[in-house]
Amino acid sequence: MNVKQLSLFLENKPAHLKVPCQVLAKEGINILTLSLADTDQFGILRIIVNDWQRAVDALEKTGHVVKVTDVLAVEVEDRPGGLVDLLEIIDEANLNIDYMYAFTFGQANRATMVFRFRDPDSAIRALEAKGVNVLNTVALADRTVH
Amino acid sequence: MSGLRKESWGGFHPASATDYLPVAKLRQLQFQRLQRMVKRAYENVELFRQRMEERNLVPENLKSIEDVTKLPFTVKTDLRDTYPFGLFASPMEDIVRVHASSGTTGKPTVVAYTQADIDVWANVMKRTFLACGLHAGDIIQNAYGYGLFTGGLGAHYGAEALGATVIPISGGNTDRQIMLMKDFGANAICCTPSYFLHLSERAIEGGIDFRSLPLRAGVFGAEPWTEAMRVRIEALTGIKAFDIYGLSEIIGPGVGSECLEQGGLHIFEDHFLAEIIDPETCEPVPDGEEGELVLTTLSKEAMPMIRYRTRDVTCKIPEPCACGRTICRIKRIGRRSDDMFIIRGVNVFPSQVETALLQVEGTLPHYQIILTREKDLDQMEVQVEVTAELIGDTVGAVEELRKKLSQAVERTLGIRAALRLVEPHTIQRSEGKAKRVIDKRQFK
Repeated sequence: MNVKQLSLFLENKPAHLKVPCQVLAKEGINILTLSLADTDQFGILRIIVNDWQRAVDALEKTGHVVKVTDVLAVEVEDRPGGLVDLLEIIDEANLNIDYMYAFTFGQANRATMVFRFRDPDSAIRALEAKGVNVLNTVALADRTVH
Repeated sequence: MSGLRKESWGGFHPASATDYLPVAKLRQLQFQRLQRMVKRAYENVELFRQRMEERNLVPENLKSIEDVTKLPFTVKTDLRDTYPFGLFASPMEDIVRVHASSGTTGKPTVVAYTQADIDVWANVMKRTFLACGLHAGDIIQNAYGYGLFTGGLGAHYGAEALGATVIPISGGNTDRQIMLMKDFGANAICCTPSYFLHLSERAIEGGIDFRSLPLRAGVFGAEPWTEAMRVRIEALTGIKAFDIYGLSEIIGPGVGSECLEQGGLHIFEDHFLAEIIDPETCEPVPDGEEGELVLTTLSKEAMPMIRYRTRDVTCKIPEPCACGRTICRIKRIGRRSDDMFIIRGVNVFPSQVETALLQVEGTLPHYQIILTREKDLDQMEVQVEVTAELIGDTVGAVEELRKKLSQAVERTLGIRAALRLVEPHTIQRSEGKAKRVIDKRQFK
């Protein structure tokens, strides 16, 4: 049920973000969502794509170093308080969120969030036990088709 | 306050008399001392005796000073390989002092002194100060580091022997340095030239003009610098800036010094025999030609050094010096014959940085060392390319790694270094030997 996230180390300099994006564009790989963590010296670009294995190959072939991490794509109701309800569940399960960001797309009244937990597998078990919908890569890809 | 006193024939300080010996007499003195030194090393130092035996040599084979070229070389790794006391030629009860290098490749290099060695050291440092125009009654601020490093205590004993008043302030604490220099009326300062520039700029910021102080001479060493830097220091502060030379393996500071002519460094040849060799062939080069400086101690008891390869590149200046000294002169040291560099007075080999980086994750990433000078202080940045093993997906993990690498480098080198992670393939690959050090400091 995990989703693969690719992380790239980037120096905090003009045009450094563009290069890996160009590599993916050339391969016809679509970025489903991304987030960028920044410090004054460097940044970490995290991306979720429709074909992660091909993306890793293409990036590595062009000299990038890619780290693949399991993250959780979790559905949350798209209404005031929807995220709070989810965070309550996460709290109760005693899980710590390393970082999170959102998908650009939603479906009807549901948004999708990305969570990075230290131990993704036990996080999935804990969340699903509470009835939270954790999406897999196939389900994610489906949502971006239309 | 009196100015810098010029010494001249008939008027030199008695302690400097050997600086002016007729050359034939000097060579005779050197030869006598060399014979004694070689015998001492042969009888007391296992490594040296072995090397002599490999060459079928005994001390009695030395027939003239020129025969020094028959003797085996000593290199820096010999000191490490015999750590800590393997090259000592005196029993421990005769050794009154040890000094050691910063120990940047694990074990430090240790050097030792008998009381007679300490006296010789004080003598050559006294002659250094005399050559720089200083004399009894001067107030000398000694900003070389005191401790295992030879700079502080070497200059200290020499200044006391001179009859000067020493301010043993040691290195660092810039504002305090400036305050005491002003309040105590120091005439001279001993430190690295880059630190002095830093001091003078800080003083200017604080509204203190060195030209209005009694300070008139700087006795600068422990790192390479240039003529351009001297011009800058002298114009900025109104002092005379002198270059001195020394290394702990030989004695510390006091191996050689400029005189008031500022046209090369006189080697105190009655105690140190200087040769210039081709670093590739190890053959001597003619006077005036550039090569590696090789030094032999002529009077050291505790730790004789026979043909020590300094790796410093210079040449002997064949013309006599206008000051009248007959001891030889070498050109200012500009570069080295290996990849060692000196930063803030500390000797660093790129391989030491390598060892430090290797400790962290067990793999050696591509790296490069960038040396710059900011506000007249040497800065060192180690750039490390991230690798699949090194990269993380959180800022915390990457920052943690950067910190670990940086601490490993600082722990190994004993000096502060900035560590910057860079993207893969950004450090230029060169064919053959990797270019590990980019030196952007202005003295190059």
